[in-house]
Amino acid sequence: MSRLYGPKGWTLIGVLSFIVFVVFPVLSLKTSPDSSFHLSQYWVTLIGKVMCYAIVAIAMDLVWGYTGILSLGHGLFFALGGYAMGMYLMRQIGREGQYQSDLPDFMVFLDWKELPLAWWNSDQFWWCALLVVLVPGLLALVFGFFAFRSRVKGVYFSIITQALTFAAMLLFFRNATGFGGNNGFTDFKRILGLPITTSETRIMLFVQTGIFLIGTLLLARWIVTSKFGRVLTAIRDAETRVAFCGYNTVHYKLAIFTLSAVICGIAGALYVPQVGIINPSEMSPANSIEIAIWVAVGGRGTLTGAILGAGLVNFGKSYFTQAFPEYWLYALGLIFILVTLFLPQGVMGLLKKKT
Amino acid sequence: MRILLILLFFAAAPVLAIDKGAVEKLASGDNDEKIVAIAALLAEGDPEAAAVLAKFAEGEVVVEGKVVEVVVNNRLRSAVTDALAALGLLSPERATRLEAAKALAGGADAVMLPLVKKALEKETDADIKPLLELTAASMEMKGGDKATRIAAIQRLGTSNSPNSRTLLSEAATDADEDIRIAAQKSLREVQGKLAWGERAGLLFAGISLGSILLLAALGLAITYGLMGVINMAHGELIMIGAYTTYVVQVLFRKTNYFDWYLLVAIPASFVVAAAVGMILERVVIRWLYGRPLETLLATWGISLMLIQSVRTIFGAANVQVENPAFMSGGFQAFAGVVLPWSRVVIIVFAALVLFSIYLLLTKTRLGLFVRGVTQNREMAACVGVPTGSVDMWAFGLGSGIAGLAGCALSQIGNVGPDLGQGYIVDSFMVVVFGGVGQLAGTVYAALTLGFANKFLEAMSGAVIAKIVVLVFIIFFIQRRPQGLFAVKGRAVEA
Repeated sequence: MSRLYGPKGWTLIGVLSFIVFVVFPVLSLKTSPDSSFHLSQYWVTLIGKVMCYAIVAIAMDLVWGYTGILSLGHGLFFALGGYAMGMYLMRQIGREGQYQSDLPDFMVFLDWKELPLAWWNSDQFWWCALLVVLVPGLLALVFGFFAFRSRVKGVYFSIITQALTFAAMLLFFRNATGFGGNNGFTDFKRILGLPITTSETRIMLFVQTGIFLIGTLLLARWIVTSKFGRVLTAIRDAETRVAFCGYNTVHYKLAIFTLSAVICGIAGALYVPQVGIINPSEMSPANSIEIAIWVAVGGRGTLTGAILGAGLVNFGKSYFTQAFPEYWLYALGLIFILVTLFLPQGVMGLLKKKT
Repeated sequence: MRILLILLFFAAAPVLAIDKGAVEKLASGDNDEKIVAIAALLAEGDPEAAAVLAKFAEGEVVVEGKVVEVVVNNRLRSAVTDALAALGLLSPERATRLEAAKALAGGADAVMLPLVKKALEKETDADIKPLLELTAASMEMKGGDKATRIAAIQRLGTSNSPNSRTLLSEAATDADEDIRIAAQKSLREVQGKLAWGERAGLLFAGISLGSILLLAALGLAITYGLMGVINMAHGELIMIGAYTTYVVQVLFRKTNYFDWYLLVAIPASFVVAAAVGMILERVVIRWLYGRPLETLLATWGISLMLIQSVRTIFGAANVQVENPAFMSGGFQAFAGVVLPWSRVVIIVFAALVLFSIYLLLTKTRLGLFVRGVTQNREMAACVGVPTGSVDMWAFGLGSGIAGLAGCALSQIGNVGPDLGQGYIVDSFMVVVFGGVGQLAGTVYAALTLGFANKFLEAMSGAVIAKIVVLVFIIFFIQRRPQGLFAVKGRAVEA
């Protein structure tokens, strides 16, 4: 345990866990809506959302910050996890949809008579939970296997993962693909039989996301401090040399890439019930690149930095898009440029310099 | 105007007696009777009947010297408008006749048959006569006795228009066996002729898409292929070229030289995009040489800012760029295949741009420097090449070509702030597929992908075609990371 973090680190994690698991739920459920301490549903959703992004940022940091692989496909893994969960949530609507049919509304609308094969068993939570892990994991495993085996690396890898994401987006935009086309999935009613919009369910999802975030952080920390993690860092800094030392770099890269994709998928699955919608625009190449900038803002190769970066950029985004919607893209563009030019170590590097 | 012409023409012709009964029906019959009356008058195809119909269209019928007001509802109006248009077949003006014949060829009512036959007797024009014959045949094929129908079917078999194919495939399932057999035979003949036209059309579509991809990717082949800079804002430089064309076009709209605006727009879009590119190189990209992943992120940031600036200046909606007159329309190269002039011009333009870049890179001093810096930066610097400014000029060149691509794209599609986003993935795929480091690969890759896309599109629809092509490239890169044409090297870390 002490290998992962020093006493200071553990205290910080403890305090944060206390806030997420105890303070926020109490503020949300036990205070009256008029009280100035009340945590409104808007904030619960926003913080929950940002925690999901922070999980993705950690996954990205593992492959980019520690292993040096800039994947522009993480938005795809995130969305696939979201879609797998979305399928289950769509089935949970039952007959309460607009058309009062057993089929999801969009299928009725398309005049389909039965569920397509991909929806097999999708009313079972365990099956969809399995898909959340398996679909992004298998895709990453197969894609990564071919890519790393033929030594596709650097920018090449970034570009072809971007093309993969783009192709998937086009695929999911089609109505005939069977996942709701342009509109995706929305209007969820229940999860595991519980109504999805009540404060209690929201807080439950919120706390689960928090648990998973802290779990991911500890897992990632454990990985990067292990021997395996040190090999990853070595691959980032001098892959050929590591290979000459007798390590099969393909296996290392494949393992971390797949793990990272699975983490993204789970984050996506936690994200969808909280924001209540999933559609193909989540797969747009822009989203995947944004994930990279969260990590860059926080500081590559520092897990805390990834969380910090995801938080800073996304709270900034939700502030800007409300206060000055015109200027958010300028701000985001500037962040991209300034961070790469002047802050290669990100905010964490800045903090370290100060101390 | 057309009606006036017809009236003038008919006024000069000898006056014949027209069907009094039909005129009376027009005035006082119910709607069904009126339709029959219109057909009867049309069949006479003479000037007086036309005059009566023209008056009727305006809501008046003259019966025995008295004007009777009639209500013309939508159904009657469309019947009488069709009839008047069809009467254009008898006009002395060739253009009017051709237009009427084309309108009828699109789908004519059986009541027009007498008129068409009458027109056919007089017609001598080589363009109009076959059209009329087809129209007559297709009308005869639908009704009438068996012998006439079979004769009509056989005549349709000699045509090469897609319309006859549709008609014949309907007849090929007719209840009567003789007709069915005749229709199937004719259908095979027509399809044989059409297939060549379609293949040629597909070929053209492939070359056309290939030329567009080539234009979009050529600039990238220089900035990424030769210089190794990952410019994610390349698509936005294309967009800037398109918007520059738009601005030039707006300025020219007030003058009399609108058709010549491209002469200004082409250099302008090159210069503006090149200037933006050179500023970017000086301010941002130059500090990131040798750090490709950071370059990718920084240039993505630039692209976001460029998109938002264009939105702020021109608005988020698409803007309209009008073609000059010589680029609008098209010409019929094969049966049923119309090639738009704009596409033809773009193919020629792409070839010219390619040739100029080739000359620039191989025959000029700048080209020599660019190639030198690409091959060995340190050595080039040692022998006195100003590598810093060569980088800037080369990047400017690549960006300028992106601007040219934007100018070309503005002629065939929508111009909006998101224009570039649609091309960035495609252009990178072309460059990577062709092999980084030389131009020939880019040309082959662009054409290959253009053809592949169009052929797949013909089989399975546009979106699936695009997905298949992307997935194909992804796997191709994994089999052959160096692309179609590799620059040979010995380095371990290529």
